[in-house]
Amino acid sequence: MLTLQCPYCGVQADETELAPGHEAHLKRFSVGSSDEEFEGYMFARKNPKGVHFERWRHAYGCGKWFLAARDTNTLEVFGTYSAQSTEPPADLVAKIKQKRPDWEGYK
Amino acid sequence: MSTRLAKGGRLIDRSTRAEFMFNGKRLSGHQGDTLASALLANDQMLVGRSFKYHRPRGIMAAGPEEPNALVNLGHGDRVEPNQRSTTTELFPGLVAQSQNHWPSLEFDVGVVNSYVSRFLPAGFYYKTFMQPRAAWKHLFEPVIRQSAGLGPAPKSPDPDRYEYVYGFCDVLIIGGGIAGLQAALTAGQAGKRVMLIEQTPHWGGRAVVDGDVVEDEPAEDWVKSAIDALATMKNVTLRTRCMGAGVYDHGYVLANERVADHSPGDGRPKQRLWRIRAGHIITATGAIERPLSFAGNDIPGVMLAGALRDYLVNYGVSLGDRTVIVTNNDDAYLTAIALAEAGLAVPAILDARTEVTGDLPERARALDIRIEAGRAVARVKGGKRVTGVEVCLQAGEGAVLEEIVCDAVAMSGGWSPVVHLWSHCGGKLTWSDHISAFIPDTTRPPITHDGSPMVTVVGAAAGIYRTDDIITSSGVVENTSPVPPVWVMPQGAPVALRSKMWLDYQNDVKVSDVQLAAREGYESVEHTKRYTTLGMATDQGKLSNINGLGVLSDALGEDIPRVGTTTFRPPYTPVTIGALTGEARGELFQPLRRTPMHDWHEANGVYWEPVGHWRRPYCYPRNGETHAQAVHREVLNTREKLGLLDASTLGKIIVKGPDAGRFLDMMYTNMMSTLPVGKCRYGLMCDEQGFLSDDGVVARIDEETWLCHTTSGGADRIHGWMEDWLQCEWWDWKVYTANVTEQYAQVAVVGPNARKLLEKLGGMDVSKEALPFMQWADGTLGGFAVRVYRISFSGELSYEIAIRASHGAAFWEMLHKQGAEFGAMAYGTECLHIMRAEKGFIMIGDETDGTVTPLDLGLSWAISKKKTDFLGKRGMERSHLADPDRWKLVGLETLDGSVIPDGAYAVVDGVNANGQRNVEGRVTSTYYSPTLKRGIAMGLIKHGPDRMGEVVTFNKVDGGTIAAKIVDAVFFDKAGEKGNA
Amino acid sequence: MKPAIEGALRMKRYSVFAIAREALRHHSGWEKAWASPVPKASYDAIIIGAGGHGLATAYYLGKNHGITNVAVIEKGWLGGGNTGRNTTIIRSNYLQDPSAAIYEKARSLYETMSQDLNYNVMFSPRGLVMLAQTHSEVRGYLRTAHANALQGVETQYIGPEKVKELMPIININGPRYPVLGGLWQKRGGTARHDAVAWGYARACSAMGMDIIQQCEVTGVRSDAGRVVGVETTKGFIGTKKLGMVVAGHSGQLAQMAGFRLPIEAVALQALVSEPIKPCMDVVVMANTVHGYLSQSDKGEMVIGGGTDGFNNYTQRGSFHHIEETLRALVETFPMISRLKMLRQWGGIVDMTGDRSPIISKTPLGNCFVNCGWGTGGFKAIPGSGWAMAELMAKGEPGPLAEAFTMDRFKEGRFIDESVAAGVAH
Repeated sequence: MLTLQCPYCGVQADETELAPGHEAHLKRFSVGSSDEEFEGYMFARKNPKGVHFERWRHAYGCGKWFLAARDTNTLEVFGTYSAQSTEPPADLVAKIKQKRPDWEGYK
Repeated sequence: MSTRLAKGGRLIDRSTRAEFMFNGKRLSGHQGDTLASALLANDQMLVGRSFKYHRPRGIMAAGPEEPNALVNLGHGDRVEPNQRSTTTELFPGLVAQSQNHWPSLEFDVGVVNSYVSRFLPAGFYYKTFMQPRAAWKHLFEPVIRQSAGLGPAPKSPDPDRYEYVYGFCDVLIIGGGIAGLQAALTAGQAGKRVMLIEQTPHWGGRAVVDGDVVEDEPAEDWVKSAIDALATMKNVTLRTRCMGAGVYDHGYVLANERVADHSPGDGRPKQRLWRIRAGHIITATGAIERPLSFAGNDIPGVMLAGALRDYLVNYGVSLGDRTVIVTNNDDAYLTAIALAEAGLAVPAILDARTEVTGDLPERARALDIRIEAGRAVARVKGGKRVTGVEVCLQAGEGAVLEEIVCDAVAMSGGWSPVVHLWSHCGGKLTWSDHISAFIPDTTRPPITHDGSPMVTVVGAAAGIYRTDDIITSSGVVENTSPVPPVWVMPQGAPVALRSKMWLDYQNDVKVSDVQLAAREGYESVEHTKRYTTLGMATDQGKLSNINGLGVLSDALGEDIPRVGTTTFRPPYTPVTIGALTGEARGELFQPLRRTPMHDWHEANGVYWEPVGHWRRPYCYPRNGETHAQAVHREVLNTREKLGLLDASTLGKIIVKGPDAGRFLDMMYTNMMSTLPVGKCRYGLMCDEQGFLSDDGVVARIDEETWLCHTTSGGADRIHGWMEDWLQCEWWDWKVYTANVTEQYAQVAVVGPNARKLLEKLGGMDVSKEALPFMQWADGTLGGFAVRVYRISFSGELSYEIAIRASHGAAFWEMLHKQGAEFGAMAYGTECLHIMRAEKGFIMIGDETDGTVTPLDLGLSWAISKKKTDFLGKRGMERSHLADPDRWKLVGLETLDGSVIPDGAYAVVDGVNANGQRNVEGRVTSTYYSPTLKRGIAMGLIKHGPDRMGEVVTFNKVDGGTIAAKIVDAVFFDKAGEKGNA
Repeated sequence: MKPAIEGALRMKRYSVFAIAREALRHHSGWEKAWASPVPKASYDAIIIGAGGHGLATAYYLGKNHGITNVAVIEKGWLGGGNTGRNTTIIRSNYLQDPSAAIYEKARSLYETMSQDLNYNVMFSPRGLVMLAQTHSEVRGYLRTAHANALQGVETQYIGPEKVKELMPIININGPRYPVLGGLWQKRGGTARHDAVAWGYARACSAMGMDIIQQCEVTGVRSDAGRVVGVETTKGFIGTKKLGMVVAGHSGQLAQMAGFRLPIEAVALQALVSEPIKPCMDVVVMANTVHGYLSQSDKGEMVIGGGTDGFNNYTQRGSFHHIEETLRALVETFPMISRLKMLRQWGGIVDMTGDRSPIISKTPLGNCFVNCGWGTGGFKAIPGSGWAMAELMAKGEPGPLAEAFTMDRFKEGRFIDESVAAGVAH
């Protein structure tokens, strides 16, 4: 039963208020992309056992999508941030690196 | 014999009398008794039969770890199987039946299993019952099933109610003994929001039973002052009868409060489930005493030493007149002392340790109790109750030194900290050689959302037993009096003895079974558990796991930490399923979405169809009509006169903003940005794979505003889908969306008389000229402000009228009243389906199933060729979706006029490589058309549109076939004259 | 003589006579069910993962293809993953041809598994009913019934009265989702999940295969596009062929081998009640409300629920799924309200893009993968092992595996079983 802080309304939201949305920062490939690019966009997922950047929607709250960095093995939440981000904020990446020195980093 | 003593019993009120029934016998106890203590007070030592061998069993424990004394509690609708009598509070009128025997508890035929037990070792069923093959299903399994299970299944719905409640606190403390109370005082005084829960009805834990001294006060007094102090703190919540059931991630805890278990039917909820979100969790859950493994350790009259003390001190009940104590640690001496002080005989303390020193043994010696060091029980004598013990050397092989006559045996194999809640969410354990038990490894705690430790363990649950250590929270495990490992008694017991030493009482797992599992290679503790069923009974191994692990480790010659332990899973003790579901049952099972006209439908004989959380009228049977007859009437009436459909569930989403047109061009396969204000356009939505996901009519409201209709089931999904793209992909686009589905009621007025009705109501021009097909207009009708869409899903002249939801019911009733002269009649979803099928209109969910593209359905006209991109465009380009051999939509007419069965496939000769019949298509919608008086269908057929006039063959489940001709899917009014009228 | 048969002769047979013989000597003569060997330097084939699927793959490599110089490597204990933590349902009433083929193959192998393995896996074809509680489910199951009739899968669409007859404890007239009918597979049922792994392990061991437990693969060594062996906690082990059959951890392993799989790991939960006397002889699945229920031979109600929507490797899930499942079941089976939940747990399942499995070649020429069984792996074990063994032995998929290759995602060639559920209009 996770809790994640919604970065928009500041609520420490219970999992039952949230809708999960899987991996974040996927690049959309569309018309003109190769079959491999499109397949990667649709299906290839990092699925790490460890630090994962993912999408959540505060569905039964403010309705906003946001992004979270979470450890899929311990369920620790490192932080949440705006969905209008093309990559995780540098300070969050630094915080994770400090907590998980073996982490390969965001790429 | 077990009996109530003349005095003593700190929890019972001797001035009261509670009569109860056990196996049809009328017995009597006192308020404050548990069912178990009351049974013992009535010399009911035999209380149940074991699962496999039907061995006679007595009460073993005094708490939730009890494996034997399970009863079927209550009567009538309120029967509850497998209730532990040790945690069941006695109340007047209680009715209990013992379980797992036939014909009676005293004489149980199933005991024959016991006599052939050597043929039924662990896992014997894996090795036999294999021949002949059919015999497992028809012979062996039915017999095994009949003998399985404990209590009988309840027959009726649960008459009780349950509720749940949310709790929030900084610190949740589970366990109301000295350690829990001290933790609560500390946190409460620090101003934290504290919740303290205790599973029994009483505070104080073991200290009050054992007469401990806490901070120079008797424990009883200390506990009372602590509770008084806590009760005055506004930041502290106290709950008894409230069991910490499970610890879940991020500080979420389930606790089960037994509100009215002891007062059934008094109107209160039976139980209350607490869902607590705690900043930090402190478990003060104490420890559970372990049995010792000696032959006959399951005979009624053998009991855990601590439990025997509980019955004596709390309830004034003695298990026997002559009690032999057998132990490997000091704690059992408390029992000997308590018995002696109560004036009961303790013929001997058999201590497996070769040296016995320390305060408690000294006190026992001072009471002239005989202490035999290095001794063990070779065998307990007796059948349905203990008659004596044979004494031997612990270090030997069981040669009998003497026989002691007794009627009770109190055993203690040491105490295992209750680490369940620590472990539920990943807290790790470490083995303490000092007390021969697992204790929490504080360096590897479970963590919460921010990575900080989530659980702290205090008191006996951490292996800290001394009250001074607990109060000062400075203790270490080494302060606790040591417990050497004694897994088998005597050490060199031969197999004849080992096959009478029970580890798991309820599941009848013996020392010999675990040793057999180890010998056969089931070396992992998980293998052994599953092969022998050790620890899988309703007590989940509370008594047996550590002993079993000890035996397994010895058998493998490995250290216990290397062999490991099984996983602790919630709940700590079993929780009634009703409590887990709370009030959400029956009408409250799920929220029900009602349209404004819901009550009218109810009042007019509706037959409902669930659509998501909505209810939609399927049809309105009249005068004993079948559903099919009602639907046919509704179709014909609408085609010939006038039908009214409650279309309120249709999704309605407003999309607005400078970039709204651009956005909708991405969402829909068609071009929506070019739709003129005032007009409507049918649109298709695909997912990124290119599969059709929703459809509906889009209306351009003004320059910046579109209203998108979705399917009834799709409104929330499509709205979420739009928001997803707007927030996460095109966040710089200036667009707002709003799901206004429930803000409007919507009525379809359909049929040749539709215009006549609206003209009669008056208020706006609904003529063909003023409001042509695929346009909309705002205005009034019969005094109601409305928006009228000239759209049709039936092929008839049709107006869909949106109206403020609060006016929906009145408007709907007015339509019926004013429309009576035109033959107005409500119709339901099945009529809608048939009429749209007669017109060849597709239905999302019928023609589509998540694997169908717009092109498959011949909807290429709805796919814009001008747009460079839209959701699904790239997906459709993939080889499988662009395959020319894909099945395509056509109409189907059976040669004999009958109806193709729903779900039928079009078959062709031959089979594929897996022997499955080859197919070339399937039916997607199939109906009897009341209008055409014949079966009509649509289906997806390989190369279908190129094969007009060909006959294809559909299968029936009975093996037969039905032939149908491929035709145009528009069966009715091909020129579209009616709708355009 | 085929090695498999030799192995069967070497294995001391289990029978009622053997039990009687052993009973007289206090069961002192039972042999180890499987050996615990130290790894050899190299093998003809290595299977990573000694769960049901991995062990079945090894078994059929030996039995069907005569390849017995095989090691099955397991990081924990054999059968300790999802094989031992599922709700043991066996059925093959699938809609799409490729699914129906492999699940029916599996189901038919379950029929004779106890005799084939000389280990009683207690396959109990007591019948399975999938309840239709909405009109779209009715139509979906009618479609499935028609498909099954052509696929050689024996199923029958039944009305609510027949449903009630099969399971008297059901409430077919619930206020919210009355039972409209059901799809009945008479020869569907359950088996003892642990016994499937143990039986295969014993048979593999008897064929001379090495089952190496407590041995974690830490790396996959390859050369010129081919696997040469695996690095493990017990050292490097060479192999001519590699099969990865590790359910929830497939993605991790693929990463070691340098390729990606289109899967995500999520938690799937289940629970059991305390045992009660038999009252439910069939297996029931209520898909509208997401609840699966059967009664084990021990008397426990075995209940399966849904998956979490987020990636999770913890083998525990969120409580609200349990709550939703139980509510749904109390609605349909009101009497379970007074039973008690004894134990709940979770397993990690890997979900593919179309929720159907992958049995496929990989970018490494002699490396093969079997994963993505999602929530339905147990019932597939023998069929999956059969198909995977054929793929590994021949290097190309046979008819059972053909549709389950990885390239289907690039082509958009999905095997989508959710379609039978229909979409509300």
